[in-house]
Amino acid sequence: MRLLALCAIPLVTALVVLGVPVFRGRRVPVALLLVVAAAHLALVISLWITPALPALGGWLAADPLGLAVLTLTSVLFLVTAIYIVGYLRYEAPRSGRVFAGGLLAFLAAASVVALSHHLAMLWVGMEATTLSVAPLVFLHRDRRSLEATWKYLVVSSVGIALALLGTFFLASAQGEIGRPLLLPDLIAHARELHPAWLRAAFLFLLVGFGTKMGLAPMHTWKPDTYGEAPSLVSGLMAGSLTSCAFLGVARITEVLAAARLVSFAQPVLIAFGLLSLVVAATFIIGQRDVKRLLAYSSVEHMGLLVLGLGLGGVGAYGTMLHLVNNGLAKGWMFLVTGNIVLATGSATAAANRGLARTLPASATLLVLGLFAVTGSPPFGLFLSEFTILRAAIDGGHAWIAVIILVTLAVIFVGMAALVLGIVLGTPPAPAGTARRIVPARESPWLIAGPIALAVIVLMLGVYVPGPLQDILTRAALALGGRGP
Amino acid sequence: MRDAAPIILLLVVLSDLAILGTSRLSSCIRGLAAQGFLLGLLPVLIAPQLSVHAVSLAVGTVIVKGVALPWFLSWAIREAAVRREIEPIVGFIASQLLGALAVALAFAIASRLPLHTVQPLLVPVSLATLMIGFIVLTTRRKALVQVVGYVILENGVYLFGLTQTESVPFLIELGVLLDVFVGVFIMGIVVFHINREFDSLDATRLTELTD
Amino acid sequence: MSGAGLIGVGILGAVAPALPGIVAKTKSVLTGRRGPPVLQLYADLGKLLRKGSVYSRTTTWVFRAGPVVVLVTLAVAALLLPLDGREAPARFTGDLVAFAGLLALGRFALVLAGLDTGSSFEGLGASREVTIASFAEPTLFLCFIALVLATGDLSLSGMLGTPLAAAWPRAGASLSLVGISLFVLLLAENSRVPVDDPATHLELTMIHEVIVLDHGGPDLALILYSSALKLALFGVLVVAVFVPRAGFGGPAALALLFAGLGVVAVAVGVVESIMARLRLARVPQLLVGAGTLALFATILQVG
Repeated sequence: MRLLALCAIPLVTALVVLGVPVFRGRRVPVALLLVVAAAHLALVISLWITPALPALGGWLAADPLGLAVLTLTSVLFLVTAIYIVGYLRYEAPRSGRVFAGGLLAFLAAASVVALSHHLAMLWVGMEATTLSVAPLVFLHRDRRSLEATWKYLVVSSVGIALALLGTFFLASAQGEIGRPLLLPDLIAHARELHPAWLRAAFLFLLVGFGTKMGLAPMHTWKPDTYGEAPSLVSGLMAGSLTSCAFLGVARITEVLAAARLVSFAQPVLIAFGLLSLVVAATFIIGQRDVKRLLAYSSVEHMGLLVLGLGLGGVGAYGTMLHLVNNGLAKGWMFLVTGNIVLATGSATAAANRGLARTLPASATLLVLGLFAVTGSPPFGLFLSEFTILRAAIDGGHAWIAVIILVTLAVIFVGMAALVLGIVLGTPPAPAGTARRIVPARESPWLIAGPIALAVIVLMLGVYVPGPLQDILTRAALALGGRGP
Repeated sequence: MRDAAPIILLLVVLSDLAILGTSRLSSCIRGLAAQGFLLGLLPVLIAPQLSVHAVSLAVGTVIVKGVALPWFLSWAIREAAVRREIEPIVGFIASQLLGALAVALAFAIASRLPLHTVQPLLVPVSLATLMIGFIVLTTRRKALVQVVGYVILENGVYLFGLTQTESVPFLIELGVLLDVFVGVFIMGIVVFHINREFDSLDATRLTELTD
Repeated sequence: MSGAGLIGVGILGAVAPALPGIVAKTKSVLTGRRGPPVLQLYADLGKLLRKGSVYSRTTTWVFRAGPVVVLVTLAVAALLLPLDGREAPARFTGDLVAFAGLLALGRFALVLAGLDTGSSFEGLGASREVTIASFAEPTLFLCFIALVLATGDLSLSGMLGTPLAAAWPRAGASLSLVGISLFVLLLAENSRVPVDDPATHLELTMIHEVIVLDHGGPDLALILYSSALKLALFGVLVVAVFVPRAGFGGPAALALLFAGLGVVAVAVGVVESIMARLRLARVPQLLVGAGTLALFATILQVG
C-alpha cells in the first residue's frame, strides 16, 4: 500500500497540476510541491522502520538497492523543493504548471524505477523520467537550451530504445521459466536462463541505461544539458536521475551475478568505467563553465560507480556508498551554482570573480563542495572512493588503482582552477556587467538546502549510520560483492 | 491468416526502404503511417489464438503509430512550413545502399540467433528496421526527419517485442506505446520551437554549445 | 532450334511495332484525346524505308553500322527468350549473361553512332544514356540472380520457363519484387517516363531521342523498329516472371504472352500519364531503388 502511494501521490498531483484549470497562470504551486515532497520522505522513512510487503503482485517491492536510490531521490527532492521557495523570489518560470508538473512527474517516475521489480516496468519508469525532465531543461526557451534539449532527447531516446531491446532480449533469455521479467524469478532461476541472450541483454541494457547515466562514450548530452538547464533541475538530474539509471545497470548485474556470469560482465564494466574517468579528466581541464564542469564531474563519478561494480568484492559496497554520497554532493553543488547564476546571471569564469566578497555563504559552500566532489577527506566521497580503490588493489589490478588516482588528481586540479578562480579575487564593478542586482543577503531558503546536504555528506565521511550500512551491505551482496 | 504475416513483414521492410529513399517530408510521414498500420496488423496475425491482449494491442498500435503520430508530425510540418529534405549527410543513393546492406546484415545475424519463434521472419525484419531507423536518425539533417528515424527505431524494437507477446503483459505494451507517443509529442514541440528560434529545421545548425 | 520457337520469334518481331502504338493510344485516351492509331508505327516504318538517306561528311562507317548492329543484337537476344514458357530457340548455360551482353552491345553501337556525328547534342545524350545504363545493368543482373536462386537454373529458358512456374508458390514474394524491379528497368532501358520523355525534343529532357537525332530514312526506320523490339523483349521478361505459362500448350502460351505484352504496354501508358519525368539527378536514385528491391528479393531467397 505504501509502495503504491509513493508512486501514485506524486503522479496524481502532477496530473492535477497539469490538468486542472485552477493552476493556469504563471505561479508555481510551491506549497503543493513541499507537501508532496514531505509526504514522500515521510513514507520513505517509514519504509526504513517497518519494511513493506511487495505490491501489485510482486511488481513493486522495496529491496535494499531500490530503497537506497529511493531515499536519495526523496531527500534531494525535498531539498530542491525548499530551494524553489527562495528561487521563485528571483525567477519566475514561463509556465508554473509545466514546471511543477514536470518535477512531480519526475518524482513519480523515479519512485517507480526505484521500487520496480518488473524489469519492463522499470524501463517504462526510466523513459518517463527522461520525458518528464525534458520540458524542464528548456525552461528558458532560448537557443542554447533548445539545442541542449534536442540533443538530450535524441541521444536519450536512442539509448532508451536500446535498453528496451535489451529488456526484450532478457525476456528471450527467460523463455518460459518463471514469471516473465520479474526480478525475484530471474534471480531464482538465473542459472537456467539462456546464456547467449543473457549476455546480449546485459550489453544492450548497459549501453542503454549507460546513456541515461552519462557514461562515456554516451555522455555527449550531459555537458550541454546540465549547462543549459536551470541549476536545480541539473541537480536533480545529476543526483537522482543518474542513480535511477544506474539502478537499471545494477539490476541486470544482479541477475548475471546470480547466473555466475559475472566474469563476462566485469571487464565490460571496468572498461566503461575507466573510459569515463579518462574522458572526464580530459575535458575538465580548461573548463570555463561551472555547470559543464559539474557535468563532467558527474561523468567521472558514474565511471567510478560502474568501476566499483566491475571490480567486485568490497567494490560493490564502495559503489553503493558512492551512489549515496555522490547524489547528495551533486545536489549540493548544483544548488549552490544556482545561487551564483541567480546573482550574476551566468556560471562562467568570465562573468564571476571574487564571489567570496559578494556571496560569502555560497562561495564557502562552493569551495567545500569542490573538496567534497573531488573526494577529499573528511567528506563521504573520500571513503567510498577509497573503498573502490581497495577493491582494485585487492583484486590484483594495481594498474586500475593507478589510473583512478591519476585521473582524480587531474580532475581536482582542473576543478580547483575554475572554482578558486571564481571565488577569489576582487569582484568586478557592479555597473553594467551583471544581469540582475546582486542580492545583499542570500535568502535562507537558498542556503538551507545545500547546508543540510553538506552536513550529511560530511557526516557520512566520518561515520556511516548502522541502518544505512546494513542496507548498503545487503545491496552489495545482491550485486555479487561483499560488505566493508 | 498465418500466411499473411510474412507478406506484412516484407511490406514493413519495403516501407523502411521507401522512407530511406524519399526526400519529401510528406512521403516520409505517409510511409510511417503505413508502417504503423502494418505493425498494428501483426499482433493479430501472429498470436496463436485471438485474445483480448492481441486485439487491444493491435488497436492501440494502429491508433498511436498509424494515426496519432503521423497526424501530429504532419501538423508539425505545416507549422514549420517545410516541404523537402535537403541532401542528407550521406546522400540518398548511399543511404539506399546502406539500407540494403542493413537488411542483408540483419538477415545474416538473425540466422545465427538461437530463437524459436512462430514467425521466423520477425527477428531479421526487426533488426533491419532497427538499423534503418538508426541510419535515418543519424544521416538526416532536418530535425523532423530525425524524429521519424527515432520512430522507425522504436518500431524495430516493437517488432522484436512481438516475439515475446506471452511474456510482456499488455499493460507494459501500453506503457511503451504511451512513452513513444509522449516522446514524439515532446520532440515535436521542441522541433516547433527550434523552427521558431532558428528559422529552419536544419539540425546541423545546432552547433552553438561546444567545449 | 525448334521450328515452333522460331515462329514465335517471328510473330514477336511482327507484333513489336504495335506496342509503342498501344502506349501512345493509352496515353491519349487517359488525357481525353483520340490520339494516333495503334498501328501508326507500321505506317511510319513504311514511309521511312521508302526514303533516301543523307549522310554528313563527318560521319564514318560507324554511323552507318550502328542501326544495323542494334537490330541484329536484339534479334539474336530474342532467340534466347522462352516465348512459349518452356523452351527458347537457343539455350545454353549462362545465356543470361549473353542476353545482357547483346543488349549492351546494341546500346554501345548506338552510342558510338551518336558520338560519330561529332555533334554536342548526341554527345550529351550518349553520356546520359551510358550513365543510366551503368545503374541499370547491375539491377538487371540482380534480378537475374534472384531468378537463378529461385529456380536453380542458369539458363534463361529455365529461369523464365518451367522451373519458374514451380518456384512461384515457394518464393512468391521474392518473384513479385523481381517483377516490379524488371518493370522499372523496362521504363529505364526503353526511355520511358519517368526516366526519359519520348514525346519532347528539347535538349534538356532527351536521352534516347537525342542520340538518334541525325539518323534519317531507312536508318531511322531500323532504329525505331529496334526500340519497339527492345520494348517487346523487356515486356516478355516482365510477363514471363508474372505469368508462368509452362502449363499451357504452345499456341495458347504464345497467345497468353502477347496478351500480357498488351497489358504491359497499357501499364506503361498509364505510368507515363500519371508521372512526370524525373530530374536527371534523381534517375540514379530510382534505379538504385529498383536495385534494392532486387537485392531484397535475393536476400529473401538466401535467408
